[in-house]
Formats: sequence, structure tokens, C-alpha cells
Amino acid sequence: MLPVSTQSSESLVLARGLTKRFGTSTAVDGIDFEVAPGESFGFLGPNGAGKTTTMRMVGCVSPVSDGTLRVLGMDPATDGPRIRSRLGVVPQQDSLDMELTVEENLIIYGRYFDLPYREARKRAKELLDFVQLTERARDQVEPLSGGMKRRLVIARGLINQPELMLLDEPTTGLDPQARHLLWDRLYRLKQQGVSLILTTHYMDEAEQLCDRLVVMDHAQIVAEGSPRGLIERYATREVLELRLRQDDLADLGDRLDGLADRVEHLPDRLLLYTADGDAAAVAVHERGLRPEQVLVRRSTLEDVFLRLTGRTLVE
Amino acid sequence: MTQAVRVLEHQLLVYRRTWRGGLFTTFLAPVMFLLAMGLGLGTFVDQSASGGMGGVPYLVFLAPGLLVSQAMQTAAGEAMYPIMSAITWNRTFQAMISTPIAAANVVAGMSLWMVVRLAIVSVAFVIVMVIFGATDVLRGIAMLPVSILTGLAFALPIMAFTVTRRGDSSVPAINRFIITPLFIFSGVFFPVTELPVFLQPIAYATPLWNGVSLARGIAVGGIDAPLAIANMAVLVGYCALGLMVALRTFPRRLVQ
Repeated sequence: MLPVSTQSSESLVLARGLTKRFGTSTAVDGIDFEVAPGESFGFLGPNGAGKTTTMRMVGCVSPVSDGTLRVLGMDPATDGPRIRSRLGVVPQQDSLDMELTVEENLIIYGRYFDLPYREARKRAKELLDFVQLTERARDQVEPLSGGMKRRLVIARGLINQPELMLLDEPTTGLDPQARHLLWDRLYRLKQQGVSLILTTHYMDEAEQLCDRLVVMDHAQIVAEGSPRGLIERYATREVLELRLRQDDLADLGDRLDGLADRVEHLPDRLLLYTADGDAAAVAVHERGLRPEQVLVRRSTLEDVFLRLTGRTLVE
Repeated sequence: MTQAVRVLEHQLLVYRRTWRGGLFTTFLAPVMFLLAMGLGLGTFVDQSASGGMGGVPYLVFLAPGLLVSQAMQTAAGEAMYPIMSAITWNRTFQAMISTPIAAANVVAGMSLWMVVRLAIVSVAFVIVMVIFGATDVLRGIAMLPVSILTGLAFALPIMAFTVTRRGDSSVPAINRFIITPLFIFSGVFFPVTELPVFLQPIAYATPLWNGVSLARGIAVGGIDAPLAIANMAVLVGYCALGLMVALRTFPRRLVQ
């Protein structure tokens, strides 16, 4: 029932010097990337980095200003409808029809892909099962929770059995439980061989779902790799987070020198990048500092982003 | 064309859920207007020295005007909030164009839907007219295309405009400054020749007056061919203009 992966070995999406301009501002500035069949590919970056614009170009609803873009081997400028017939799209805003039931939203969407009613109904039933909304099939959409609406939009995106799913911030605004349920469904899709491209500004989401990702900032790609690879390249194995009292912070001087590979000063805390966080914590105390809070954790993509841009990701 | 029909199917599916809420405006509004204005006010008009409107009972004079006015109001209603909702609030148009549907298909499909919606209200109105003896069945049927065309002459331009708006602040203005004045001053209740001379050309340029003129010609009898052709040309002109603009504004808003 669920989407089949493409057998082709050529890349699903190929972008070279991809650029999007709105008037005088440049939303996407000459980026290169490539997504292989079966891959889960992520765009990680803060709001306004150009992720959504890139997704809209790949989804063939936003004309390319400059550069080359091929989706499923075709040119969005000339083959938009043919490409879109093989994509599944989960936009940032749900865009459900509030006047129809859960089930009708799926069926009518299936009709847009020219499915016969009988087939659309059958797939709607299976997909509602997949996203665990079977009991709500005949309910109106409006009273559904945010997580349920999101799952319904994912089911809708699967109605044409797409080879490639485009997910624009699939879990933004959801509570942790709803996010985990959604990640689980997306993970299953990935296992079934559906290729995913997703944007997110959540580090944990990128780490959970992406085989490979690019970090975007100010309309450009600033790094590319696997989540693990990026962490290894741009961060250390562990991070020691310290909250210091104001007076300690004021006459910090050189008391942290040599304790870590790198120290980041955030408004509310210090981040010490080191292979061994516990050892660094002991050393900090030995130097007479009395932090109010000490936390040793593994590096995440958040640290990668901080390293690459000098800013934290989530505002 | 298939794609446009899909968009129409979507609207019909929604209508299947919402038509009951529109029953009042579809059937009861014509009944009330015909009762109050046609029969109530009409009794005074018909008893006056001139005896009706140029020898025609006021009900017969008024009903065709009310028919096309209802088409105008329905068209404006359908081309404002539902379009605003689909483009800005619920974003169902955006969902459509993520499929093989293109923005031009959305325009075509919504235009088809307007035709269907206008046909529904017009048929309902004509049934009421016949029941009230305001017209006979044949003339009533002949008035249907006029009513639909008049409605479209509003629906298409308004739809083309609505889709450029990001909020609904200018939508009530269309009702206040276009729809309501036209309803009152386009010859529905009294001939435009009773208006101040400088206002008359404005009335003649509006879709509503041209629709009223055509429908009344059918109802009262004695259609003047050159005038009827001019009326139709104006109505078709508004439709064509609206469609052309919509084919620019829809893609500009949806595909950017």
C-alpha cells in the first residue's frame, strides 16, 4: 500500500547554483546539493535561512531564479505537473480543508492525482490506519489536535504513493509526545524506502531522521555531512555547560584557559568543548570556580550550528 | 480541463456539507423580497394613477431585477470569503497546486464552480417567481442564463481581486461600496431613467443594470435586439476581463 521507492540510480534531486531572488533580496544564494534515492536528506537552519524557499522550488511551486534544478530527472520549469504527480508534500502550514471530514480530505486530494474514487477511498482507509486516525475518519478536521492534523497532512501527502516526500518543518509547534509519534511514522516510511527531504530547526529531529544534511544560514549552505560526521568535524565529543555566578563571570580572566578545545560564551552559560566533560568539570572546580550548574552532555548539531555561525539555532 | 473538473468536484463535496446553511438565502430570501416588495409595495404601485410600471404589474417588473441581484450577491459572497479562506487562511489552493493541478486550473475550476453555484440559486429563485406568478415557466427558464452570466460578471473580477489580498479588510468595502449601491441604483426597484442624469451613464456601465435590462426584457416581453446584444456584450466583457485578470493574479499569488 505504501509508497514504492524508485529503482533509478540517478539522483532524485540535483541542484547546482540554485538561486531564488524576491525583488532585491536573495532567499537562496547559489546552493548545490544532491539527494540520492532512498536517502533521508535534511535542511537544518534557523528561520529565514532559505529552507522553505528551497523546498518550494523542489516542489515545483516556486520558479527558480538562477542555476540548475532537476527533480526526478526532470526540469520543474517544464515538467512541473509531471514531477508533482510523483511527490508527496507536507507544507509548513497544514492547508487542510476545514469544511470536509478527515477522510474526505484524503479522498479529494487523491482525485487531484486522478485516482478513481474507489481507489482513493481504499488508500484513504489504509493511510488513516497508518497514521492512527482511523477512529477520526468521519470527524471534522477543525477539532483535531495539532499532532493529529500533522499526521493527516502526512497521510494526504502519501495518497499518490510518492517516490519522494517533502516535509517542511514536520513537527514545529508540536508537543514532545506528538513529535515522537510523528518521527516514528516518518521512520517507518524511510524503512519502506521512501526518500525524505525535510527542513527543520530542531537538532534532535535532524539527528533522528536524516542520513545526511546541509546546514543553511543566510541563504547559503555552510556545511554538509551526516549528523555524526558534522558533530565530529565541528564539535568535540562532549560539552561541559556551566552556569556561573555574575562575580565569577566578571573576573573569569584566564581561569578556563587550556581546559577545553574551545569555549563559547552564551548570555546565560558557558560551553566548554572537550573530549572528556567530567575531567573538565573537575578541573574547573580545582581552579576555584564554583558554578551554580554543571552539565556534561554529548555534542549535538546545535553545537555544530553554533560553531559554524556563532549563533544559537532556536531563537 | 480534467484538472479544472477536479477543483469543481472539491467544491461540490464541500457544498454537499454546507448547502443546508445556505437554504435561507437560497429560497427564503427570494420569498421574503417578493412578498414584501413585489406584493406589499407592489399593491400601492399598481393602484397608483399610472397603474404599475409602464402598464406592467410591479411584481412582474421587480422580480427579474431581484433574480439577477440575487445572482450578484451570491457571486460576491462566493468570490470573497471562500476565496480569501482558500488562499490565506486554510490554504487549500496551495494544497491543490502541490498536486498536478496548476494555478490556471484552479481559476478554471473555481469559475466552473461559480457557474454551478449561480445556477443553483437562480433555479431556486425562478421556482419561487413562478409560484408567486411573477413570471411563467418558459420565461423563467429563459432568464436563467442571464442570471448566471450576470453573476459571473461579478464573481470573476471579484475573485481575481480577492486573491491579491492578504487580509479581509477590503472585503467588506466591496459589499458596502459596490454591491449594495448597485442593488439600489441599477434599475432593480425603479428605472434608471429616474436617477439624476449624471448618474445614469454609471448605471448603464455596471453589470447589474445590463443583467436587469436583459432579464426584464424577457419577463415583460418586447426584447429590443440591439439593446439586448449590447447588454450581453457588457456582461461577457466583464467576465472576460475578470478571467484574464484572475489568470494573472492567481499564479502570481500561488506560484512565487
